[in-house]
Amino acid sequence: MDKTGKKWKLSSFESFAWRNAKLLWIILTVFLLMLPFVFRNPYFLTVVAKIGCYIILGLGLNLLTGYTGLVSLGHAGFVAIGAYTASLLSVKAGCPFFPSMLAGMLAAALIGALMGLPTLRVTGTYLSIITLGFGEIVKMVLMNWQSVTNGTLGVKNIPKPQIFGWKLTTANHGMYFLILFMIVLISLFCRSLMRSKTGRALRAIREDEMASTMMGIPVTAYKILAFVLSAVICALGGALYASLIGYIDPNTFNFDVSTLILSIVILGGMGTLRGIYVGAIVLIAFPELSRSLMKYRFVLYGAILVLMMRFRPSGILGWRSSLPYRLSGNVKKKLRKEADA
Amino acid sequence: MDREDLLLEVEEITKRFGGIVAVENVSFRVKRGEVVSIIGPNGAGKTTVFNMLTGVYKTDHGRILFEGKEIQRREPGEIVKRGISRTFQNIRLFPDMRVIENVLVGAHIKTGYSFLSSIFRSRAFREEEDAITLRALKILKEVGLYERRDDYASNLPYGDQRKLEIARAIATGAKLILLDEPAAGMNPQESSELMEFIRLLKGRGYTVLMIEHDMSVVMKISDRIYVIDHGKPIAEGLPEEIARNQRVINVYLGGSQNAVEN
Amino acid sequence: MLLQQIFNGLALGMGYALIAVGYSLVFGILRLVNFSHGSVYAFGAEIAMVFIVSMRLGIIPGILLSMLFTGILGILIDKAALEPLRKKGSPPIASLITTIGISNIVTNLLIIFLGSEKRNFPNFFGHSGIHLLGGTVSMTQIMMCVISVILMLILVFIVFRTKIGLAMRASQQNAKAARMMGIDVNFVIRFTFFLAGVSAALAGVLIAGYYEIVYPNMGFMAGLKAFSAAVLGGIGSLPGAILGGLIIGNAESMAVMFLGSTYRDSVAFIILILVLILRPNGLFGRKGITKV
Repeated sequence: MDKTGKKWKLSSFESFAWRNAKLLWIILTVFLLMLPFVFRNPYFLTVVAKIGCYIILGLGLNLLTGYTGLVSLGHAGFVAIGAYTASLLSVKAGCPFFPSMLAGMLAAALIGALMGLPTLRVTGTYLSIITLGFGEIVKMVLMNWQSVTNGTLGVKNIPKPQIFGWKLTTANHGMYFLILFMIVLISLFCRSLMRSKTGRALRAIREDEMASTMMGIPVTAYKILAFVLSAVICALGGALYASLIGYIDPNTFNFDVSTLILSIVILGGMGTLRGIYVGAIVLIAFPELSRSLMKYRFVLYGAILVLMMRFRPSGILGWRSSLPYRLSGNVKKKLRKEADA
Repeated sequence: MDREDLLLEVEEITKRFGGIVAVENVSFRVKRGEVVSIIGPNGAGKTTVFNMLTGVYKTDHGRILFEGKEIQRREPGEIVKRGISRTFQNIRLFPDMRVIENVLVGAHIKTGYSFLSSIFRSRAFREEEDAITLRALKILKEVGLYERRDDYASNLPYGDQRKLEIARAIATGAKLILLDEPAAGMNPQESSELMEFIRLLKGRGYTVLMIEHDMSVVMKISDRIYVIDHGKPIAEGLPEEIARNQRVINVYLGGSQNAVEN
Repeated sequence: MLLQQIFNGLALGMGYALIAVGYSLVFGILRLVNFSHGSVYAFGAEIAMVFIVSMRLGIIPGILLSMLFTGILGILIDKAALEPLRKKGSPPIASLITTIGISNIVTNLLIIFLGSEKRNFPNFFGHSGIHLLGGTVSMTQIMMCVISVILMLILVFIVFRTKIGLAMRASQQNAKAARMMGIDVNFVIRFTFFLAGVSAALAGVLIAGYYEIVYPNMGFMAGLKAFSAAVLGGIGSLPGAILGGLIIGNAESMAVMFLGSTYRDSVAFIILILVLILRPNGLFGRKGITKV
């Protein structure tokens, strides 16, 4: 009974949101646009920007883990590739931010495709362990390839992005709006993807690989695609993060970051967008509330993984929609015509 | 038999696992528009036959001709594209996807638009997506699941899950539908309803090859029946011939332990 | 010089083998990669440090207590986090994520209570050594091998010669059938976690003593290397874990010799990835048939 009661509550929220969609969108848009002007505390705004970066990382991992069902324990590696490529190009070669960021995404795409190859032979836990090994290898390369990466010294004074000579900083809210814009862009991308045959194929692979093969879905190719897209999004997040913080070193992207991204996806709800936003807000903002929480935060992240798996593996905001499947206007029209005829 | 009508010809296929011969020299034919059944006790090698037909296993020996072309060396994905689709003995739907989405996944190979056009929601994308959605809805109507299109697959009752699996197989554009023990786990009434449903599919022009261990289930609707036991063919013919065949009766009543279950 | 590295590799490899056994035992019975095992190993070394250095209980009692407590930690992990998932019939990936969470909890609690810095761990066996074929084998290395071999023999005895070992092997083959034969499978699993914890604690003490250093994060790398060893040998197989440990240990000391110490950790990963891709069943593992 308790379970059905809970379900009813969540779904009633969902249909409420659906009925008032326009109003809620307006409120949300106004809130997000006004946020930096209302709360002017720079510390607060830095935390918000950090949350934004982690939302991007969460969206990236969600593509792979939430939709395709492949658990990656080394996504910090892709974040690092994006962050390092972009930062080194800007710092050492004086390349502007956006081309550097694209280069980082391209590098991550190549490595992501390479990382997707083991899916030919390896599944489940073993694949997760390979991704973990990958994350560690990236870290080791960053530490040891000193002529390029500066080794453990890291990269300092990473410049902020510029648009037509206007420098985007935390103080002038440029970073805030850039990150917000990227989140919107990536969210739209994920939504379009999931409402196409590609998205359906990815979810089918998560649900049952053998059955997907029997539907003629080239499973390995789609898994590699998921790795590539996921890596590209995380690299973008990494480039933004590096520019936001201004300093990176190999330990910025350790295993804790990988588990943090995973915790975000799992807490909010794998395979949803709303869950990622909430997961990132909770996990990044919560420890900032007090020093003692900061001290315990990794214990907290661990506890979240354990508790969620036991009590709500679908995440706080992960539920089966009670709304009807969305048919396009055209299809509805045709159906009505048929019904009349 | 008129060659034009032949959809599937299986010639003496054999499969070994290590030293064990799972299927030996099994041959059969399916014509367009027929319902053909392969029966045999549990462990007779029926599912192995299906796995060879769909490319999950490669045959060690023998040929499989679909529309006159050899397919025994092909990968599963290619075989589906040529027009063979299957269901599974222990239902394998995509449980956390909606009924209609399950059918849309079935239509995957019939969906042509590119990755980029789906991201930018181009006209080509929208038109094709509309078309396959309408087709999926039509198939759901055919199998009687139209009203449940928004449900999640795992919420369907058992019988409906079987039907959804068949709908998904139809959506691939299959010319031949393979049903792996469709009546497994059903009570007599459910299974006779399912057989009516398969008869309906036949009426709509679908070709069905099914395997079943309970021969009474398939008697009424099969055009022809092949019997295998311990991986070897033991009889073939019309349902009434099979029912009178002494070897078949022996397998089902005397020789095999599995007969006790039936 | 080469010989010296082989000695080093053998001693270290025996330590990895002890950790690897824990992965193998648990995997054999649950088909689960117990990701928290590295943190359990670190826990063993850390509380041995507490017993021996802070509480001055003496070396032998300290080690024994550490083994006991670490074994109990293993049982607790299973009881609190994994058994409920088994009861619910959760997918395997849920158990994996749970053990990652536990690893985080254990490691970070150690950091909070004991500090994250590296501390000196006592060397029990002194620095004397024996000259052999131009290399030097230290007393520590000899004792590492001897103690590891003794524990391995005890484990082999338990698994192959006792009633509980029989129950373990039965549960590995077919947990359902074992349950029907009256075996308390959950007890067997808890016992397996206990054994894994005990050997991890001993490995922790030996390796910490070898490097004369202990810190909460020591389990991450060592755990991964031991996991590589278990996979290399064929996860689920006891002799495989030992062979895998020795290979990884030697590969590591060879890497130090030929590539420099910055590459010591990468070798294990490269071996792991290659094994998983090329021969996922390891040297001693068996291959399965795809079922549809």
